[in-house]
Amino acid sequence: MLRLSGFASSAYIEQSAPRSALRLVTSPTGPNPNPNHDAYLFRGKTSDPGCQWVVTFEEHQAEAEKLFSDRRLIVLPDYFSYLGEGDVIRFAPDRKAVRVLFRKEANANYFLVTERCNHLCLMCSQPPKDVDDRWLAREIIDVLPLLPATTPFLGITGGEPTLVGEDFFEILSCARDHLPSTPIHILSNGRTFKDRAFAQRYQAIGHRRLSVGIPIYSADPEVHDYVVQSKGAFDETIRGIMNLKAVGAEVEIRVVVHKQTYAGLADLSDFIFRNLTFVDHVTFMGLEITGFTRANMDKLWMDPYDYRSELRAAVQYLAAARINVSVYNHQLCLLDGSIHQYAKRSISDWKNEYADECASCSLRNRCGGFFSSSSLARSSHIAAFQ
Amino acid sequence: MTRFAPASDFRRPVDDTYQLAYFRFSPLDDERYVLTNQAGEYLVLPRAVLASFVKHELPSTHPAYSRLRSRQFLFDASSNLGRDLLALKVRTKAKRLENFTSLHIMVVSLRCEHSCPYCQVSRQSEDRSAFDMSEETAEKALALIFQSPSPAIKIEFQGGEPLLNFPLIQHVVRRGEEINQVAGRSLQFVITTNLAVVTDEILEFCRQHSVLISTSLDGPAALHNANRPRPGKNSYELAVAGIHKARNVLGHERVSALMTTTKASLSQVRTIIDEYVSLQFPGIFLRPLSPYGFAVKTKFYAAYDVDRWLDFYFEGLNYVLELNRSGIPFKEFYAATILTKMLTPFEPGYVDLMSPAGIGISAVVYNYDASVYASDEARMLAEMGDKTFLLGNVHQNTYAEIFGADALLDPIEQSFAGSVPMCSECAYEPFCGSDPVFHTATHGDFVGLKTRSSFCNRNMSIFKRLIALMESDDATRELFLSWAN
Ligand code: SF4
Ligand code: SF4
Repeated sequence: MLRLSGFASSAYIEQSAPRSALRLVTSPTGPNPNPNHDAYLFRGKTSDPGCQWVVTFEEHQAEAEKLFSDRRLIVLPDYFSYLGEGDVIRFAPDRKAVRVLFRKEANANYFLVTERCNHLCLMCSQPPKDVDDRWLAREIIDVLPLLPATTPFLGITGGEPTLVGEDFFEILSCARDHLPSTPIHILSNGRTFKDRAFAQRYQAIGHRRLSVGIPIYSADPEVHDYVVQSKGAFDETIRGIMNLKAVGAEVEIRVVVHKQTYAGLADLSDFIFRNLTFVDHVTFMGLEITGFTRANMDKLWMDPYDYRSELRAAVQYLAAARINVSVYNHQLCLLDGSIHQYAKRSISDWKNEYADECASCSLRNRCGGFFSSSSLARSSHIAAFQ
Repeated sequence: MTRFAPASDFRRPVDDTYQLAYFRFSPLDDERYVLTNQAGEYLVLPRAVLASFVKHELPSTHPAYSRLRSRQFLFDASSNLGRDLLALKVRTKAKRLENFTSLHIMVVSLRCEHSCPYCQVSRQSEDRSAFDMSEETAEKALALIFQSPSPAIKIEFQGGEPLLNFPLIQHVVRRGEEINQVAGRSLQFVITTNLAVVTDEILEFCRQHSVLISTSLDGPAALHNANRPRPGKNSYELAVAGIHKARNVLGHERVSALMTTTKASLSQVRTIIDEYVSLQFPGIFLRPLSPYGFAVKTKFYAAYDVDRWLDFYFEGLNYVLELNRSGIPFKEFYAATILTKMLTPFEPGYVDLMSPAGIGISAVVYNYDASVYASDEARMLAEMGDKTFLLGNVHQNTYAEIFGADALLDPIEQSFAGSVPMCSECAYEPFCGSDPVFHTATHGDFVGLKTRSSFCNRNMSIFKRLIALMESDDATRELFLSWAN
């Protein structure tokens, strides 16, 4: 597992300086230089582009200190050595904290817009905090222009990203202007879109590859509201989806399968097909053992092997209904063979792992494997295909 | 530590009230009832559960409760979405009405070299002037066709044997394409032919203009040839040779076949299906014999009653299911049409199973003699001397006169199933239709008496059987869902 956050070993910059988003550059002439955000990534060979920021690793510290005594120098520990040209980090001088915001080589990059949320899902992987974090959205607006136009995919997450209001639209406009051909996928609980005008404004942004993924956990409003811990959530989310489809937006419905949801999968598929027929994609996700899930294991965890027939039926139903359906975060050996074709390798590369059994598995290349966090609870039915 | 509220906090009190939505229910068998909501979604419930549900006594903890709510059979305080979702679905189902007529049948010739005893309309004649459509008539018909607001237009050439007047087909196809350069519809042509007189030149023309072929195949050689006499007694051999030839030129899936059921067919459903399977058709439409034209005159129609036909149909359906279970994918298309109504938010637009009736507003017929009929069955009825559904004449009437004719609007209005006796209370109404032409032929009025209507008996039996099959077996339900979509 890659470490995406940590601390600089040393930094030559006043502690009171503001936090900065830095794009690592290695050559003097990047495609669109940005003096405020470009940081020269020094690995012992100089082609100094004259940046005011320099980032290096411990092994080159002595040399860097000599060469760049007049610059703002950040020395990173070795676990960040995977960083390269085009990656973007955030540096906070007061605690010397480093967070990787963007990796050029990653299969997917996600930007967290806010930690605030109006849900408190039992299995939230990013437990919400009620704090004023408007700076996060501003930072994204600074960072988007630094990214390569060839970026293959960008995720916008939270918290609930729509809660930042104007900044939400500004982020999307910025993505439209700087990353017009990058698919942008927003993870939202959809409730804000219950306001048709909000949905219209969203669609009017005009990014051609914009889509939003919205969770529904049950066709039963009481079950859904319980899972997201908010009364009235079901109605607002469904209205949000209806509005988004009415304005022509692309919508994915995401269903996390666990102890509270597996029994209702058949009714949920039926509800989706009959009422939300025009959604673009339905995805069934496995549980990620992180965040709140750890606190609610007793209410959530079940061996995916034990819900495989419910999952199979739901997937087959939607497939027969010609709805684009996928299964994410599931190991192939736990799925009914008839739905292998819908399983996607979806776990972000930096937290993707395999079990010992997988070494001899003939389907390993097609299998999504595990979240690194899944060692906490793993199916007892992992078995290699011969 | 974050506190999570227990599930009970999100549940309404067990004895909280609920409101019944508008729905209908009819018995499925001795114990169970079928309930349908306004959008045609169904649920099957035991009688006792239905009884406590309608008496407002069903506890919210009952497993049926949540299903009744998510399918909008009841409304309660946990959600206020029900009415809006229902409204959206009803609108989706009715959507096709606003497109109006999409299927336009042109009878280019009544002449035929076959002399099938059950055939409703054809003539053995060399007299082109008497039984072929003229170019002037075709021009007028085309002008009317393109006045239809439908974004999709299908022109089907029928007969008699339409290939006996192939020059007119060529003319219509070329002119249609020309007009469509401006009209910009999704335009499709089909020729319904027994393929006996098909030639390489005809097929080459069809290939160039993407014309589909729909042919007749009643079953194995003996049955087919007995049903379809022609000089040479080789109707079957010509049809099969024609199918292969047409597939070679046009592509496999561009050739389809229709069967006609006769008394002789009733005992042979499996061999009929086998014939379709061995010719690699994706399915079969097990049709009832129509009560029109020569079929009635020759007593063919009376020769067997609906119950015998239903035995035939269900035996066929079972056999098709068996085939699927043994790994041969094969559909029964009548069931598939009904299943689309049952299992999807869409309306397939099959003329016989529509209410308001599909006559005129879904399909219309331009006859060889320039008269316009409300459906293919309507012109057959006219051949029997009953011109109830004659809408006008392409030379004498405007589009507005034809499609606004009382001869069209009256039967549509009067037969509307939502308001006729029995249908208005029938749980199967969302899957059914009103078929005023059939009821005029058999009962003498647009509505008929449904207790004695073979249309009602036949369809209700099929609805019940399809639902019973799905209730008893998930695999069948999944198979049916794939037929429906
Ligand atoms: S053994 Fe491992 S690689 Fe193979 S299917 Fe299972 S989880 Fe996937
Ligand atoms: S015709 Fe019969 S089955 Fe059809 S809706 Fe009317 S009563 Fe019901």
